[in-house]
Amino acid sequence: MKAINRRSFLRVSALGAGGVLLSLYMEPEAKAQGRGGPPAPPPNPNVYIKVAADGTVTIMAKNPEVGQGVKMMLPMLVAEELDVDWKSVKIEQADFDDTRYAAQSAGGSTSTPNNWIPMRQAGAAGRAMFITAAAQTWGVAEAGLTAASGRVTNPASGKSLGYGELAAKVATLPMPELGTLKMKNPADYRIIGHTQPQREARNIVTGKPIFCIDTELPGMKYATFEKCGVFGGKVVSANLDEIKKMAGVVNAFIVDRPPVTDTVIPGDPGLESGIAIIADTWWHAQQARKKLVVKWDEGPRATHSSAAYVAKAEELSKAAPQRTLRLDGDIDAGFKASAKVVEAAYSYPFISHAPLEPQNCTAQFKDGKLEIWSNSQIPGNGRRVTALATGLAEKDITIHMVRGGGGFGRRLTNDYMAEAGYIAKEAGVPVKLLWSREDDMQHDYYRPGGFQYLKAGLDASGKVVAWHNHFVGYGDGDRFVSSGAIGPTEFPQRFVPNYQLQASVQQLGIRTGALRAPTSNAFAFVFHSFLDELAHAAGKDPVQFRLDLLSSGVPTAAVENGRPTGLDANRMKAVVQLAAEMSGWGKKTLPKGTAMGTAFHFSHLGYFAETAEVRVDANNKIKVNKVWVAADVGSQIINPGAAENICQGAIIDGMSELMGQEITVDKGRIVQGNYDKHTMVRLSQAPAEIEVRFLKTDFPPTGLGEPALPPVLPAIANAIFAATGKRVRQLPISKAGYSWA
Amino acid sequence: MAIKLTVNGQSTTVDAPNDMPLLWALRDVLHLRGTKFGCGIAQCGACTVHVNGTAVRSCITPVGTVAAKSVTTIEGLSADGSHPVQQAWEEIDVAQCGYCQAGQMMSAAALLAKTPKPTDQEIDSALNGNLCRCGTYLRIRKAVHKAAELATNASTKKAVQTAAR
Repeated sequence: MKAINRRSFLRVSALGAGGVLLSLYMEPEAKAQGRGGPPAPPPNPNVYIKVAADGTVTIMAKNPEVGQGVKMMLPMLVAEELDVDWKSVKIEQADFDDTRYAAQSAGGSTSTPNNWIPMRQAGAAGRAMFITAAAQTWGVAEAGLTAASGRVTNPASGKSLGYGELAAKVATLPMPELGTLKMKNPADYRIIGHTQPQREARNIVTGKPIFCIDTELPGMKYATFEKCGVFGGKVVSANLDEIKKMAGVVNAFIVDRPPVTDTVIPGDPGLESGIAIIADTWWHAQQARKKLVVKWDEGPRATHSSAAYVAKAEELSKAAPQRTLRLDGDIDAGFKASAKVVEAAYSYPFISHAPLEPQNCTAQFKDGKLEIWSNSQIPGNGRRVTALATGLAEKDITIHMVRGGGGFGRRLTNDYMAEAGYIAKEAGVPVKLLWSREDDMQHDYYRPGGFQYLKAGLDASGKVVAWHNHFVGYGDGDRFVSSGAIGPTEFPQRFVPNYQLQASVQQLGIRTGALRAPTSNAFAFVFHSFLDELAHAAGKDPVQFRLDLLSSGVPTAAVENGRPTGLDANRMKAVVQLAAEMSGWGKKTLPKGTAMGTAFHFSHLGYFAETAEVRVDANNKIKVNKVWVAADVGSQIINPGAAENICQGAIIDGMSELMGQEITVDKGRIVQGNYDKHTMVRLSQAPAEIEVRFLKTDFPPTGLGEPALPPVLPAIANAIFAATGKRVRQLPISKAGYSWA
Repeated sequence: MAIKLTVNGQSTTVDAPNDMPLLWALRDVLHLRGTKFGCGIAQCGACTVHVNGTAVRSCITPVGTVAAKSVTTIEGLSADGSHPVQQAWEEIDVAQCGYCQAGQMMSAAALLAKTPKPTDQEIDSALNGNLCRCGTYLRIRKAVHKAAELATNASTKKAVQTAAR
């Protein structure tokens, strides 16, 4: 894979009081790849670097921070090449402002691959300019000068000047061409590759009000919003007169704007029908809400149920598939030539994001303008749905970006921002809208469930020669639902000569969306559990079987839009081998009932192989003793401590999905409402150790927040099989009687 | 209704109904927002505070039941972030999003007050009611041990200083 090299350039301008401002512009991806006509100059910079006359360096953090560490990572790249002391760098959270910043969002593990080159180039350009400014000031050649810790030094004369002293001069210099800049040898890094603790740590440990839910405004009131449990249902009437008389209640009203269809953001309904209650405290609003008597028009989805979805999937699985997404080779001939054929049906449920900070948003409407405080992962979309909901122009809506207590993809949809904006505008007072946990769990954009009916053929030597998958999923009209599609290049395509992927869909009555490692979080479980079945059917060691499979096809994938469409077999083999080596695969004698399982998965450009050692007792209680994580996300881990933390968290998150999470539908309504019914791993259930190792390769660095998660589900499921001889083919595994020890 | 209680060492009067959960009295009435709302049914522990030194879930604790009692929130764990638990959490850089950590630290501080040198098992059982959605549990365990070590060192130092006087 080649570096994703976008066109980018810098502008330099003077700041007040002798400072300088460097603005980095990056080409949007589509334009850099030559689509959509000749590239126009990007309208807004992606980053601003300010150097004040006193030498203070400030880097604006433009993206939402929801715990992924981006607020640290991007400035580290700039500071390294700029050659300033990390401790002296200030990081400021920017507001959402599309007149000043390019794309402001968090999702898809894209921050690292998109920013690795341009952010360092920006820093290197700054450093080069400070050297030029010093050389001109002293009337010496640039060649002999050095820069470090925010100072340029002339070793020959012993003179030195701080960046602050040079800033005014730098503001008058021409910009160097970014492509010509020499960047550091990684061996010389002092910031990148060295753990930098997060700047917010002190605020977090002392309980400072830094999260979105902590926003307070003068005169602010608290709001709840009751919606129909059935998606798309509408309020017909409610006992508002009674509600308005309740203690602490200042206002209550029905929100019933005609649904706004925004084709720009498919799947985001924006403002739904409901009842807003505004009170002196959130608890007062919730107390009043308990007394609501509402007549709903539930609409056509009220008949939907999980039982019906399962029955329909079963029916579809037996009928001819509705469409063929991929056919390589001759599938019938492949099965005819097989010595052994293995068939299995896998399924996985809808699950909820459930970030610990429930959805909330604070809004104030004043003099025709709306001001919003939000933890959205994509505030630009939020502004659009809020404009549609309120009838305001987008230019009259300001969004302040506030830290989110987790995101996991839930805050990529902005329904709660549209609600807060509308309610504040109607109420005429500043309002903090807060959802209860039940609101959050029952009005999510769920990870789509699905069913996969797999059939594979092995030849006499145990090689996979045929692979057929009938993917039975959910549709919205004739499209797959959001995050519910399967791609034609899903592994093991390219590695099996006769490969067929077919699909059928049924219509869905709930919303779906991206959850950490979308599609991969379910598909890895299916493919790697089934591959494990094949390894056992072939009588081969599961690691060797995978290495053989990776050696059997076309090693590299086609590149589309600058990105590979699938894994590079050699990179994956290396992490599979590393995970085996780390865990002592095949070399340990484990007690009865304890075994290892392994799996790998490629997603978001990252290569992860994970091995789990698991103990299963006579009562099907499971203890995950240890997990080994082997990863290849390129040549450099930017912030190693944070990377380890995120990978360990991904393992825990995957364990929660494996064991305890399922959203079901009854009469069109979501059954589960809180963490007691949609459970997460707790401290005592966490493995004692999760060992993470990164293989440094010659590829450009890529993200890891998402790709670290998918392999752990099948790794544990495969370990359960190795320990007990029982194969689990349905998530969550609690349905098969398993629980944590 | 005016309810008298002590919050972080200061006597305070809260004007709230008796049945308002302590969580909302802290957050929306006293504007102490370090204590977090996560579930409302004592499942996640984000709202953990101390009442007379014991860790409780403030989301299900009616404020009327803590009248005349002493409530400590994350803001009152120390004046300056110097409580061993806070130091350890900062040093180990436990947090990802950080939302659950106030509750985790309050549970840890209550544990250490009674069990200065806890085992892994004691830590697990004391903090099992605190969910971390980001999955920072390994660092949480490590940080509790670190806090125990810092507290022991500090009290040893204090004892030495006292003896020297």
